[in-house]
Amino acid sequence: MVTQQRPRAAVKPPAPPRPRERGSLLSRWDLKASPYLYISPFFLLFAVFGLFPLLYTAWVSLHNWDLGGDGGFIGLDNYATLFGDPDFWNAVVNTLGMLVLATVPQLLLAMVVAALLNQQLRARLLLRMGVLLPIVTSVAAVGIVFSQIFDRDAGMVNGLLHLVGVSPIDWRADKWSSWIAISTMVDWRWTGYNSLIYLAAMQSIPRELYEAATVDGASKIRQFRSITVPMIRPAIVFTVIMSTIAGMQLFTEPLIFGQGTYAISGGSLRQFQTVSMYMFEKAFRDADLGYGSAIAWMIFLLITILAVINFLVTRRSAK
Amino acid sequence: MRKTSPLVYVTLLAGIALSAFPLYWLFVVATRTNDIVGDWPPPLLPGGNLFGNIGRLFSAEDANFLLGMVNSAIASVVVTVSVVFFSTLAGFAFAKLRFRGRNGLLVVILGTMMIPVQMGIIPLYMIMVQLGWQNRLQAVIVPFLVSAFGVFMMRQYAERSVPDELIEAARIDGCSTFRIYLTVVLPALRPGASVLALFTFMSTWNEFLWPIAVLENDNPTVQFSLNQLSTSYYTDYTLMFAGALVACVPLLLVFLAFGKQIIGGIMEGAVKA
Repeated sequence: MVTQQRPRAAVKPPAPPRPRERGSLLSRWDLKASPYLYISPFFLLFAVFGLFPLLYTAWVSLHNWDLGGDGGFIGLDNYATLFGDPDFWNAVVNTLGMLVLATVPQLLLAMVVAALLNQQLRARLLLRMGVLLPIVTSVAAVGIVFSQIFDRDAGMVNGLLHLVGVSPIDWRADKWSSWIAISTMVDWRWTGYNSLIYLAAMQSIPRELYEAATVDGASKIRQFRSITVPMIRPAIVFTVIMSTIAGMQLFTEPLIFGQGTYAISGGSLRQFQTVSMYMFEKAFRDADLGYGSAIAWMIFLLITILAVINFLVTRRSAK
Repeated sequence: MRKTSPLVYVTLLAGIALSAFPLYWLFVVATRTNDIVGDWPPPLLPGGNLFGNIGRLFSAEDANFLLGMVNSAIASVVVTVSVVFFSTLAGFAFAKLRFRGRNGLLVVILGTMMIPVQMGIIPLYMIMVQLGWQNRLQAVIVPFLVSAFGVFMMRQYAERSVPDELIEAARIDGCSTFRIYLTVVLPALRPGASVLALFTFMSTWNEFLWPIAVLENDNPTVQFSLNQLSTSYYTDYTLMFAGALVACVPLLLVFLAFGKQIIGGIMEGAVKA
């Protein structure tokens, strides 16, 4: 690039004055207007399909709104109903439960994988690709495979449990078992991705720190705890917040896991229905758009609260 | 540097084998017939029925699997091209051009990255009803033609990888701003833009919540078809698995072709984060 551009730039100055002047008027306009021209597609499309829907969700949530249209302003009634709605709180508990089950082991495991990858390794690219493989699969496909793996009668997990003398578990039947099955899918998909993020952070830690620690006689494990973990704190905060946001929106995995026509309720007793699923059920299956919109705002509120808590806790505990 | 212990390799390879196993098993079941269901031990070697299952898959009633694949391919390509074009263009403007309100507008874009998709889905659905786009492919394309994440990512990339001198030189040379974008900026942004392209392609291909809200059985995307298979055909395991396998193929091909750039992109983005 550089070698191509420089000679031409050097030739330019002795150009005749007339065309330059005409050009400068045009180019002044070009300089002024083009930045706005270049960012306007984003803002136009975003205004119509991003910002407007966001604000309109708040407006709809204050109405008794069904598929037929606006049934009148009802103020905060939808929110009041929501606060007393046991199905909603059940969905919140399920979502938080699966969030913890999916995030904690995932990030701990990712840290271990990253520490292993952060050594002098042969076939580095191949190993990293192997670790990342699960993320390039179709989510719905993952749901189908894991549904089968956790099947009560024909599933592989129950088959293995049988070998060690444990009687088959109906994974879909209870809260704890369905949460574990669904969290496993999430862990499987995202552990590798997070480990690459940790790995990148680990590689920017200065080697001298470890050398000094080795001289002082600190063990590998001690070094990991006292150097690696504090040094990659920004990456940890990042992954915790991203996993929380993703976890609060969990939808595809439990929906496919549910199978059958009423999958959207997350099992016969709503044992694994998430808040996203509940919003979908209310808005699109029961056609109660107003109530669904109120749920959407509650999800947003919960995400914000959790993100702030996460941020504060991660910051403090790392100090 | 001390030599890495073989134990590290063994542990890593075991982990990778474990994480590849569900995919391998997906392939095995997709090549079998339904009589293996419930067999213990489960079959661990592929059978000879892959093409038979794929044939049944594409002719399965109400799943419209072929149309789902075609729809998803069109949507993913169009969205990817558009996101990359508008993100590089806007990223260039934010990184390298001076204009009033630049910082404020950038903060707006950053803020929008925090908003979950679900938030706007209900009004988005109402807009689609107004436009008459329910069950039409443009409903899953048009709202996603721009991406806040993409603009932000390309801005970061342009800051680092496009030298100001190069832009100055091109300007003295009489290049219009758009010409500079095409001849100077775009080539410099190519590595970052290809990572953005791959992520956009993957996320559009994987989009699920919005298609099942706005589309219907007769005009699905591939994830929609898969869900259709798993609700209507859930006793026909090999058919479902064949569908799941076929739905993964484009993503796996992209990954094999561009794996190096994807990994580079994740690692580079992470250091900056």
